[in-house]
Amino acid sequence: MAIEKPLSEMPIGTVGTVIENGLTGLTKRRLMDLGFIPGSKIEVLRKSPAGDPTAYYVRGTIIALRNNEASHISIIPHNKF
Amino acid sequence: MCSVNTDLSGRLETLVQEAKGKYSKEVREKIVDNIYREAENIAKRTVVKPPKKLDWDGKIDNILTSRITGYPIMLLLLGVIFWITIVGANYPSQMLFKILFWGEEKISTLFYFLGMPQWLHGFLVLGVYRCVAWVVAVMLPPMAIFFPLFTLLEDLGFLPRVAFNLDNFFRKAGAHGKQSLTMSMGFGCNAAGVIACRIIESPRERLIAILTNNFVPCNGRFPTLIVISSIFMGGALAAPYSSLVTPLVIVGIVLIGIMVTLIVSWLLSKTLLRGVPSTFTLELPPYRRPQIGQIIIRSIFDRTVFVLWRAVKVAAPAGGIIWLLANTYLGDSSLLNSLATAIDPFARGIGLDGIILTAFILGLPANEIVLPIMIMGYLAEGALLELDSLIALKTLLLDNGWTLMTALSVMLFSLLHYPCSTTLLTIKKETGSLKWTFLGAIIPLAVSVLVLFILNSISSLLLLMN
Repeated sequence: MAIEKPLSEMPIGTVGTVIENGLTGLTKRRLMDLGFIPGSKIEVLRKSPAGDPTAYYVRGTIIALRNNEASHISIIPHNKF
Repeated sequence: MCSVNTDLSGRLETLVQEAKGKYSKEVREKIVDNIYREAENIAKRTVVKPPKKLDWDGKIDNILTSRITGYPIMLLLLGVIFWITIVGANYPSQMLFKILFWGEEKISTLFYFLGMPQWLHGFLVLGVYRCVAWVVAVMLPPMAIFFPLFTLLEDLGFLPRVAFNLDNFFRKAGAHGKQSLTMSMGFGCNAAGVIACRIIESPRERLIAILTNNFVPCNGRFPTLIVISSIFMGGALAAPYSSLVTPLVIVGIVLIGIMVTLIVSWLLSKTLLRGVPSTFTLELPPYRRPQIGQIIIRSIFDRTVFVLWRAVKVAAPAGGIIWLLANTYLGDSSLLNSLATAIDPFARGIGLDGIILTAFILGLPANEIVLPIMIMGYLAEGALLELDSLIALKTLLLDNGWTLMTALSVMLFSLLHYPCSTTLLTIKKETGSLKWTFLGAIIPLAVSVLVLFILNSISSLLLLMN
């Protein structure tokens, strides 16, 4: 069984399941509305040419998050989507 | 009645307190979780997904957000849009000038025919009509070209990728990547740029974008910048290079504007706006085939006509006031000249002169009329006017003591000074606050005076040493 890791440390191509959204306040609410809630499947798609932010595929849409926000979201990586 | 109300609110208050104690903040999470689960169930029963085709979006994204091709494609596209706008607006602008000034002659004839008094003709025709005609002729063509092109990029889904590519630079300045889009919109019109800030959902970053939008030169300022740089900066080099200098100077001015935007954004996020809530998310929607009809409606009616109408509403009274100032005499000097003389010492301290600063003050309603007011002031004429050729303009400016430093100071002041009144009205509408509107004017003004003061102190110091 894999252990949970911060989303920001996942390389491009990783797929996984969100375990916890550890943010607070406005940001947490906003990300929950966009589908970053425990149980959501997620895929790391691509990084900005400047390194940050990173685009994720979650619940049918592509959402880009900055490393700072993504580091508070933990996921368990698995083999396929 | 009153007692019932207090009773009721008191009971509500206790209920609220009770609820707060009972349910922890996880309630919200549970609600969202349930909504998603329910939606998922419904979707499973009803939505049929088409078989997966080739991932075109992914392929396009690979090119548009690539380390190698991402930035060049972006710059090329924006560059092409600006080029089409500036070159394409030239001819229709001249046509409009001809038509509208032909109209002015006809109206003047009518005024004389009806035996209207001189001052009424001056105020209404030479003042109000001419100022409105001027603003429309200079503003309408570039906006009618720029807004549809920009809306096309928006409709294609390209713009969010620009924000994605550039966000890191804006993050370092405490701003949002989408500010790159509101700034691009600002090239068309700062008022439209300020409205565009609605796309930034985070309150702090949105205010930053609104307050700094003015640092990108709008369509109303480009002509002034181009004319002055081609007069004073192209001429210094031999013929084959001189035509290259103007575009380079303009690019340099735009880059200075972007630099100032990032610096002021950073300062705002560290001072005035510290503690205002902030969040970052950016959706990269699927690419779509553009809907041409939609684009035309959105860009022409929602943007071009909307902005133009706002500009006309302020240009009309401004034209009348400018005419009155230029034609009301106290002793042997017009009010306009008295004003110019009064502020001349201050203006010279920052490398301008009284007439230039007066033109910027009276040009508050629209940056398009700043240069015409300057010409009017230097020629001591009573109405806005333009000269037939660049050479005539150059001679006039040189005769009035302009140097390369003056030209540079005027360009920087044009780039950095307060936004036009249309934009200020828009800031008031968008923020709903007089405080932010006031700061939206005072911050750029302070920046511009500071920059000019430093620049001119250095230059006079260098002159002293030589």
